[in-house]
Amino acid sequence: MSDNVQEQVLGFIRGRLPDVELSESEDIFQLGFVNSLFAMELVMFIEKQFGLTIPNDELQIDNFRTAKSMAELVERCAPLAAAAEMA
Amino acid sequence: MTAEGPGRSGASVLPGRPARGRIKCIVWDLDGTLWDGVLLEDDLVTVRPQVAEHIRRLDGLGILHSIASKNDRETTLAKLRALGLEDLFLYPQITWNSKSSSIQLIAKALNLGLDAFAFVDDQEFERAEVAHGTPEVTCVDITELDEALGRPEFQPRFVTDESARRREMYRAQITRDDLGREFVGTSDEFLAELQMAFTIQPARREDLQRAEELTVRTNQLNATGRTYSYEELDVLRESPDHLLLIASTDKFGAYGKIGVVLVEQDAQVWHLRMMLMSCRVMSRGVGMVLLNHIMRLARDAGVALLADFVETGRNRMMQVTYAFAGFHEVSRDGARVVLAADLADLQQPPPYVRLEILG
Repeated sequence: MSDNVQEQVLGFIRGRLPDVELSESEDIFQLGFVNSLFAMELVMFIEKQFGLTIPNDELQIDNFRTAKSMAELVERCAPLAAAAEMA
Repeated sequence: MTAEGPGRSGASVLPGRPARGRIKCIVWDLDGTLWDGVLLEDDLVTVRPQVAEHIRRLDGLGILHSIASKNDRETTLAKLRALGLEDLFLYPQITWNSKSSSIQLIAKALNLGLDAFAFVDDQEFERAEVAHGTPEVTCVDITELDEALGRPEFQPRFVTDESARRREMYRAQITRDDLGREFVGTSDEFLAELQMAFTIQPARREDLQRAEELTVRTNQLNATGRTYSYEELDVLRESPDHLLLIASTDKFGAYGKIGVVLVEQDAQVWHLRMMLMSCRVMSRGVGMVLLNHIMRLARDAGVALLADFVETGRNRMMQVTYAFAGFHEVSRDGARVVLAADLADLQQPPPYVRLEILG
């Protein structure tokens, strides 16, 4: 699942930053393209796309630096989302 | 952008085909347009009777209505329901997305061309954004509503029995609202064109009234939920161990002062006790500019920077802003959180903002 998530996240970022060459482990903050609008878009994209709510204690810059770290974040949050749906 | 403002955002952008009955759907803003007041600042908004009357009248003539509002979705839908207006609107878009993207979603859902849409908003910024993102849409300033609705494109060519039922027919087709799945922000390109000036300066006495108003009314984007009275703010303003800053922007004047920050200054540690922003400008990315400024001041003063944060759910957008500015949680007591800033790696203000720091 993780590769797929990573691809979808990368796809989203590339869609928003069409002029940037980006790999899954590139730090988007280092590249200097992130503003609070884009941050919000990223959070909303991940939550809507994968049907989960990122818990507040996971709202940390390090979780959003790379497509890889975002895929890991989704994996950590996904079981929570599934459990919430069962409840 | 020139000094005289966004020329093509004017109230009377007339795309091609100015034919009678061209407008099939009107998309309404809510705060300051459908109702007086700002919902997230004041629950007691008042619907403008003449606007509601226009909507019902046009609904009867078969013109559809929808909403593009930057607001909290649940709060807003509940308010529309309480006002008995919810049913009048198809596919209401209540999000922090850009309004041009909201209109595109509505157009797709209703399967209508963009030139069949009119958009009514009191804010020049939003009309300019829509004129930029979806130039086919007819933008109307709320102050010119009566006049605009008198124009031929707002007069249906035929009114039949079916016209009055059109909304119901569309509604019947709505099976699943799978719109708005993707967040679409205000485009950087548009913001760049806007050249928004953003000024940060110490609060002066004449700013305090607005500051108090913001602290009392801006629930949604208040980081700590704390409120301060005019008198308290006046004391803090003069206090040697506090920094009270006011942020303002030049664009689309009515806002003026849009943010307030209170920092408690200690020899080793600064503590952000309050930060709030008017929700109407949050989606323009200025929250991070303000945080970055405080972070830079703290770094230059050689102190650590902590921030109080109280999770209310409604201020989550602000929480995201803190997180992406480089704050992380260091302690927590229920919904009350203390965040610490990483000052090693500060971000530059985005290129679309002209940042002005006054001493």
